[in-house]
Amino acid sequence: MSDTGAVPLVEIENVEKRFGGAGGFLSSPQPVVKALNDVTLTVPKGEAFCLVGESGCGKSTLARTVIGLHPPSAGEIRYRGKRIDNLSTRERRPYNQKMQMIFQNPYASLNPRMTVLQTLEEPLRIHRPQMSDAEIRDKVHAVMRSVGNDPAWGERYPHEFSGGQRQRISIARALMLDPEFIVADEPISALDVSIQAQVLNVMMDAQKERDLTYLFITHDLSVVEHFGSQVAVMYLGTVCEQAETRKLFSMPRHPYTQALLSAIPKMDGTGVNHVKMTGEVPTAMDLPKGCVFHPRCPHAMERCCHEVPTLKQNGSSQTACFAVEEGRI
Amino acid sequence: MALLEVKDLQVEFPLGRKTLQALYGIDFALDKGERLGIVGESGAGKSVAAFSILNLLSKPGRISGGEILFEGRDLSKLNDKEMRTIRGNRISMIFQDPMMTLNPVLTIGTQMVECLKAHRDISSAEAREIAISKLREVMIPSPENRMDSYPHELSGGMRQRVVIAIALLTDPSIIIADEPTTALDVTIQAEIMALMLELCKTNNVGLILITHDLAVVSQVTERIMVMYAGRVVEEGYTQEVIKNPRHPYTRGLLKALPQENRPGQRLNQIPGSMPALDAIPAGCAFNPRCEFADGDCVKAVPDLVGEQGHRAACVHVDRIPAFVGAGGAE
Repeated sequence: MSDTGAVPLVEIENVEKRFGGAGGFLSSPQPVVKALNDVTLTVPKGEAFCLVGESGCGKSTLARTVIGLHPPSAGEIRYRGKRIDNLSTRERRPYNQKMQMIFQNPYASLNPRMTVLQTLEEPLRIHRPQMSDAEIRDKVHAVMRSVGNDPAWGERYPHEFSGGQRQRISIARALMLDPEFIVADEPISALDVSIQAQVLNVMMDAQKERDLTYLFITHDLSVVEHFGSQVAVMYLGTVCEQAETRKLFSMPRHPYTQALLSAIPKMDGTGVNHVKMTGEVPTAMDLPKGCVFHPRCPHAMERCCHEVPTLKQNGSSQTACFAVEEGRI
Repeated sequence: MALLEVKDLQVEFPLGRKTLQALYGIDFALDKGERLGIVGESGAGKSVAAFSILNLLSKPGRISGGEILFEGRDLSKLNDKEMRTIRGNRISMIFQDPMMTLNPVLTIGTQMVECLKAHRDISSAEAREIAISKLREVMIPSPENRMDSYPHELSGGMRQRVVIAIALLTDPSIIIADEPTTALDVTIQAEIMALMLELCKTNNVGLILITHDLAVVSQVTERIMVMYAGRVVEEGYTQEVIKNPRHPYTRGLLKALPQENRPGQRLNQIPGSMPALDAIPAGCAFNPRCEFADGDCVKAVPDLVGEQGHRAACVHVDRIPAFVGAGGAE
């Protein structure tokens, strides 16, 4: 699906994000939370690129940094080869049209005081001032139909809809400006099982029709296996493994990926048999030295405690692990 | 006789002039040490069913019919004082969000001792000993020190372990767990589920597990009950129901799971959504969303039919094709 050789759609290079730190006027310095540490990822055009990991691993921070909701503390984000993280608001506007976001909770991400029509028209009125009212209305109706919502709902308010319908409205809002790249932060986690399938289908249809590229953030591994073409597994602000979805699921290399995949509940009646990890996830305020996973890793050795592994091609996937490099796993 | 027997349980919520019915007469039983899963989507009535057992329905909800027999006594007829000897003592409850269950301004130890002393006539020192032993049972490291911790000092997984320890304090015969791992990460969910399964087995405690996650239910429970719009639509042995679902709703739920579909293909979706309580369709409540529905489905509410061990409430149960997921095809 990806056009190899060309410039990738989105490149994330050595991105770091720290929160807190400097104390302001009259306030003492805050502890520093290292949310992202040296993250490098490339999202080629046409991919459904999934970011997985557990709470606090920095996947949402990365998504928000890419879309420009947080400036990165260090590193670069490039869109079609052009650096975008240091642009002014005005310079960034053309990119905002190409990059859109879908949030987790449609109850919170839609303005309760705006009708569906007003919500969907707003992006067009801001970014396409030359469009006439009739053109805008036609466009809104076309997009609503494409996500499976009845255009006659336009006069209603978000509270009149169910969770699935609301999430389809926020997908429609993201599609209004015909973007190329959509960041979706846990778009189906707040929905019921049968509704999750409906919303995933709408997202997959939109990708086919519009040749979209997704950065899809989720903690649900079975969704990743179904939806993603590429996966990056994150742990404590670093990417520990990246591979094609099929390869990652058939042969996870990084010990954390192995533990994560073994924890997916299976329906074959074999009970719970997951890889047990020792200890707890450390906090991002006090990261372990060396490999961030070493205190919980069954394969950790002396080297893991003071050297930081970087992502390297090891067989079918890129892993950041000395044990994989040395052939111990 | 079963330890807990719920017969024709009906629950309603009177709201002004109209009354919304949340449960339309459900039946189930739980034997000693048995593990039952109640599955369904939001609005199916699974939490209402569980809450009504302990008379925890939020006002103005009330039990409008049926009985809840626990060791032969009807729990729905008990007054508050009598209920307190059962609730949190013989039957305990685990809720979804451990941060909401635990009191943020009291230490773990204070809360556990308080709970024990409310139900038993023992000294604080004795209560403390029992509490520490329960914390050890749920595998909390250095339980003596943890007794003096506040809930915010623990991680989500540890907090849920504390909640489980509190539920076990009085050696109950039934634990009702309402989405106990929904707020937790997958790796922690696996740990908590493994722990609960083991504790129920070793202590011979009955478990009622309420969840929307079919995979979790299949790992932990022996029997399953699928609910839709206030009624039980299918029930039976968990593996039997999951491998060979008879009701179109159960079948649809299973077919919609990503792991039952080929990667990258559109998922098999159930159209529409669960009806609101004041707009339950006539006949089988699932008929507007059902691919097998016809004129017979709106005539009457179907009864659960089939042999004990696997029953489904569908008039067309014989017409439903065998279930083959992507996993089964491989």
